[in-house]
Amino acid sequence: METAACIIDVNKLNFYYGKFQALKDITLCLKPHKITAFIGPSGCGKSTFLRTLNRMNDLIAGVRINGKVLIDGRNIYAPDMDVVELRRRVGMVFQRPNPFPMSIYDNVTYAPRMKGQSRGLDDLVERTLVRAALWDEVKDKLKVSALSLSGGQQQRLCIARALAADPGILLMDEPCSSLDPVSTLRIEELMQDLKSEYTIIIVTHNMQQAARVADYTGFFLSGELIEFGDSNKIFTKPDDKRTEGYITGRFG
Amino acid sequence: MTESIRKTFDEQLSDMQQEIVCMGSMVEQMVHHAIKALSERDIELAERVIRMDDAVDDLDISIEGRCMRMLALQQPVARDLRTIGTSMKIITDLERMGDHAVDIAKLARTLAEQPLFKPIVDIPKMAAVAQKMLRESLQAFVNRDIDLVQKMVADDDAVDALYRRIYDEIVDYMEKDPGIIRQAIILLRVARFLERIADHATNIGERVIFMETGVLEELNI
Repeated sequence: METAACIIDVNKLNFYYGKFQALKDITLCLKPHKITAFIGPSGCGKSTFLRTLNRMNDLIAGVRINGKVLIDGRNIYAPDMDVVELRRRVGMVFQRPNPFPMSIYDNVTYAPRMKGQSRGLDDLVERTLVRAALWDEVKDKLKVSALSLSGGQQQRLCIARALAADPGILLMDEPCSSLDPVSTLRIEELMQDLKSEYTIIIVTHNMQQAARVADYTGFFLSGELIEFGDSNKIFTKPDDKRTEGYITGRFG
Repeated sequence: MTESIRKTFDEQLSDMQQEIVCMGSMVEQMVHHAIKALSERDIELAERVIRMDDAVDDLDISIEGRCMRMLALQQPVARDLRTIGTSMKIITDLERMGDHAVDIAKLARTLAEQPLFKPIVDIPKMAAVAQKMLRESLQAFVNRDIDLVQKMVADDDAVDALYRRIYDEIVDYMEKDPGIIRQAIILLRVARFLERIADHATNIGERVIFMETGVLEELNI
């Protein structure tokens, strides 16, 4: 674990919704080109943590944060941080597929067009959809509404849309929770393909999914990061009794 | 007290453990009867041991099936996963011990038809220790008792010492009277099977430690 530098370096991160402390003293290092999963019961702070990594929580009133989150060595909570640039760098895919009500083509080109890009969009659409393992299914209907796609296809389109912004890091918040098992496996395979180019961080309620896809797994409980390490270790011989209790369905 | 929200799975695990204990006591009985058949020259008892092996083989298959079903249907992790993995290894050791008991019973059947060149003394002693090891290894498995494993494994030295003593003694006999070589070799083989049975008990002990600690180490080199 100590070999590569951290692409995301979190140090003593505390996070409050008003008086409620949702994250307590989180310190960890996420490695580039790896998939890291966060698991834990509802309300444990794992989604809140994920959303601190691209400052999605800024949009909620009354939140307070201290500690440091360094991405590529820069503190993303520094006053001079460009949040739009941060969210371009750190893309996000949500629980339910949320394609924009426009064509497949326009969905993929949305971010580049917002940035003013007008050339090479066709190539970008093909390249990105190929990368998101969707190209073969939609190449003949790029001008069709994205809403006509199946749930699994919509989610891959959302991944494509995120990739088109050229992020280095991809956050996925329960990306398969509304998908059927085949679409789920397709997304999991896609994650493996993507990790050579991206760093992926996923929050999931599905422990088997974490075990299948993630190189590293972290277990959150009541706002604390109880255990973090190799998925192999976490799912065969966790160090902490609370991790063991959670993943085996027994609470001590 | 630990609260479990997996009652069905817990029951399946406990049923599996009970079946392993049942298989173990059957094997222990086979070893006991095989040695008794040998020292009391009881052909009928030897035949019974040979017949018991089918039941042990059935249990082996049944328990393996349970393990496979739990792996597929319950997706066990951590300690549960290690328990099931351990169980699959343990039944292989038990099955092999049953085979050795059968081997001994077959030799007992052969020996029963001829007068013995010496009284059988040390072999039942060796068998008693091996049986104790088998019993304790399964007790350690069920109770997740690492201390008992350590205690049990220490007995393996006693088995090895008895084996060497029996070996030396029988070789002496053979040197003095080549006429008894056929019988002597049979007794040597019995002792060797008992030594193997004790080794399988040690294997079970190693697996129990792995189940509890996640670390697999050789206990008796």
